[in-house]
Amino acid sequence: MPEKYEIVRKKVLTPDISSISVYEPLIAKKARAGQFVILRASPDGERIPLTVSSVSEELVTVVYQKVGDSTMTLDELNEGECLTDLVGPLGVPTPVEGVKRAAVVGGGLGCAIALPVAKALHDAGAKVDLIGGFRTKDLVILEDEMRAACDTLYICTDDGSYGYNGFTTGKLEELLKAGETYDRVYAIGPLVMMKFVCRLTKPYDLPTIVSMNPIMIDGTGMCGCCRVTVDGKVKFACVDGPDFDGHRIDFDETIARASTYKEFEQRRRAEHKCRLEGMTNG
Amino acid sequence: MADMTPNKTKMPEQAPEVRNKNFFEVAKGYTPELAVKESNRCLGCRNPHCVEGCPVNVPIPDFIGHIQKGDFEGAYRVLSRANALPAVCGRVCPQENQCEGKCVRGIKGESVGIGNLERFVADWALEHNVANGEKAPANGHRVAVVGSGPAGLTCAGELARMGYSVTVFEAFHVAGGVLSYGIPEFRLPKSIVQKEAANLERMGVDIRLNMVIGKVLSVDELFEMGYEAVFIGSGAGLPQFMGIPGESLVGVFSANEYLTRINLMKAYKPDSPTPVFVSQKAAVLGGGNVAMDAARCARRMGADVHIVYRRGEAELPARAEEVHHAREEGIQFDLLCNPTEILGDEKGRVRAMRCVRMELGEPDASGRRRPVPIEGSEFEMEVDTVIVAIGTSPNPLIRSSTPGLETNKRGCIVTSETGATSREGVFCGGDAATGAATVILAMGAGKTAAKSIDEYIRNK
Repeated sequence: MPEKYEIVRKKVLTPDISSISVYEPLIAKKARAGQFVILRASPDGERIPLTVSSVSEELVTVVYQKVGDSTMTLDELNEGECLTDLVGPLGVPTPVEGVKRAAVVGGGLGCAIALPVAKALHDAGAKVDLIGGFRTKDLVILEDEMRAACDTLYICTDDGSYGYNGFTTGKLEELLKAGETYDRVYAIGPLVMMKFVCRLTKPYDLPTIVSMNPIMIDGTGMCGCCRVTVDGKVKFACVDGPDFDGHRIDFDETIARASTYKEFEQRRRAEHKCRLEGMTNG
Repeated sequence: MADMTPNKTKMPEQAPEVRNKNFFEVAKGYTPELAVKESNRCLGCRNPHCVEGCPVNVPIPDFIGHIQKGDFEGAYRVLSRANALPAVCGRVCPQENQCEGKCVRGIKGESVGIGNLERFVADWALEHNVANGEKAPANGHRVAVVGSGPAGLTCAGELARMGYSVTVFEAFHVAGGVLSYGIPEFRLPKSIVQKEAANLERMGVDIRLNMVIGKVLSVDELFEMGYEAVFIGSGAGLPQFMGIPGESLVGVFSANEYLTRINLMKAYKPDSPTPVFVSQKAAVLGGGNVAMDAARCARRMGADVHIVYRRGEAELPARAEEVHHAREEGIQFDLLCNPTEILGDEKGRVRAMRCVRMELGEPDASGRRRPVPIEGSEFEMEVDTVIVAIGTSPNPLIRSSTPGLETNKRGCIVTSETGATSREGVFCGGDAATGAATVILAMGAGKTAAKSIDEYIRNK
């Protein structure tokens, strides 16, 4: 039997994105689509919040991108090694009940989270269009899994190297203009993408749920770091979300808040690379 | 014959201009000689008022009597039977309002330094590996404790001593609750908190980290797992904000966030991977102990720090000692001053705070004189950081996931004097029941609840 928090499976999806499946039956049993976990990869490490991509009986799978020092440290762990900490499931599950026809829009790494949302909707009987956007063909992840979780999968690439030539908003607009009607749209990905999906669906009066992933520490409502303004009111993404009505979110404020520690992170990332190169050079 | 020196034996401290640049403990503790000297100031009253003033009723003259004889181990045995976290209490209890506030020596001079002596004895025991683990034979009953802060750890320790098998569930990756994430290293070294927690583990208490009750397991599921009673000591961790414009600008933090980054996540260490905001000039809103902690941390991180509080000096809720320490470390106090708006630059970062001067009017519901704005006194204070330390309320995770658990309009779990809640077998104490209060009151509540839980299980 694997140890608690052991990485049982690790898959490299692109040079920057990997998925790990971690042994923690308690969380695996409880986690629902849209919920997240917080992990630490080393005894002095940061708390990294990651939305659950899938669960099986005993394994919790998350997908991460090596964007900073902490995710680079996480990536140094291999199968058979253990995370230092794993806590969850946190946040409120994505609401899927009562939806008959849904469009789920994922952008880049967000597709790893769009996947369980599409699957939950599909399992609940909804007809689901899944639109997954990537920069280019080589960066497409989880295509087979996404295809199995929806009725129609549309892959989009910014450079047109695969699937639809353009952004996910372009594809969604095309579908809406062609007369597709949805009960609800779910958008999960970069803040800018979610902002523009909401801008597109607003004139259609089409309810749109977005999944926020602001900076957070505890994930239980304690630090207030993850606050977002919804309809002029302060909400905590960790306990009130991470899903919110996208038409009521102050995206510009959220985008500014996401840059709070930009300089610190750039410096840490550079230092991490130096440490790695230092090791390989001798 | 008691030493009739009117003043307390002073505890050596780091000089203000040195300590405001480091996170080492401010007060260095008594040496054995200083401790014996101070202990001799205790009259050993037959009817000791100090004990009445202690929420956990430590037999104070008794443990001090052992110090007088140089029997530090004996002193620790007495102390630790009544107090599960003596090294913590010796540092953070507001003794001036409790034991020391009632000491007869305080009438004509300074009270006996009970807190200092408590700390000395507890530190001596930790250093000499003297455990307080008198473990009773297992009685076969299981109790779950939610939260490993002062209330939870005390309740767990008391129950373990009675023979219960106790599991403590902690949401964070470290035990201690506010002792770990809130109170800074320079006031309460985290190694002390971990040693106190380890002491409880030696007594058989099982502390399970990374367990958010209300999420991974509900209170009802704990009963299904065979726990016969549940103690909720989940604290008051939800930060309140002012509700003024600009509070979501980059550079505005809750004290909880700021302190958690620095204390729990060790952002004060130069090589820590946890980011912390680099501030030139920080305003800390509020006048309580948490505000002092946040201000003193920001000062140590290199900022010019201002405490901004809407009432006056006399109304500051923080301990006098904390205010004194903060002032010594170069923190400015802008009293009778209330922020009305936080102003940002074009990038959404804090650039200033608009404030209004206040004056004190008639007493309000709290009995304190109500601050009222002075018309036309608005001004802008240039700051790049605002830390909001105006209070916290109980976290909703437990109440929203536990049917039948009565709470009041402030979100506090309603309890009887014995710590019983509206749900059979569920007990609660500390900030989760009272709203934000002190470490020692939470410990007192944990101790009371442990007694009630014992009665409840024995009569079941």
